[in-house]
Amino acid sequence: MTKIHIPTPLRQYAGKQPTVEVNGSTVAEALSGLVSQHPDLKRHLYTDDGKLRSFVNVYLNDEDVRYLQKEATAIKDSDTISIVPSIAGGR
Amino acid sequence: MLKVRKIDYEALRQHGEQTYPHECCGVLLGEMNGEERRVISIAPCGNTRTDSPQNRYHIDPKELVRIQREGRERGEDIVGFYHSHPDHPARWSATDLAEAHWFGCSYVITSVEKGKAALTNSFELTGSDESDKKLLDEKIVVAQTEA
Repeated sequence: MTKIHIPTPLRQYAGKQPTVEVNGSTVAEALSGLVSQHPDLKRHLYTDDGKLRSFVNVYLNDEDVRYLQKEATAIKDSDTISIVPSIAGGR
Repeated sequence: MLKVRKIDYEALRQHGEQTYPHECCGVLLGEMNGEERRVISIAPCGNTRTDSPQNRYHIDPKELVRIQREGRERGEDIVGFYHSHPDHPARWSATDLAEAHWFGCSYVITSVEKGKAALTNSFELTGSDESDKKLLDEKIVVAQTEA
């Protein structure tokens, strides 16, 4: 199974867990497994038309999946996925 | 409420002096206890907004992944972030709110006036989702030793 690290603001929608283990052979399948287990996460990760929100970064190990094969990126059991909402701002 | 050790409080303020006239940014790590966030360590970060560093900041998510991993190894969670406003009030801006997504975390802002850290304020990001989010003033408790 693949481990998904849940950021602190989203843990309340994931049974207060810091990590969730899922099955899947791609990032898309893993994230689908995550929202199947915890449906309340869906609206925080995805827009109404099913796309990952622009401020939600998904990392496979240390790589941003945008620069791999996006959600089609293949995963192995030893991989970890990190969900990282962006941090930005300014005066 | 944000509890922070004096050494970390002064370090995040000094970071703003070091990067002046540009905005500094960094991560606060520690523990969440209901309405309280206790800072155990801070992680200064680079500002990727090299196009407009005097009034914008952005932390590379790759850096955040590393900081999270290292924090996990120490038993620490991300509890908030800090940045500075060069020659500008220590209040959140429309941009700060629009770009804030870590609900339940603290956003600390220091005004750095002519190179010297002035006021530091903290705000909690509240709300149920992007449609009703707010940054609300919160108290900072600075402890001499343990936060």
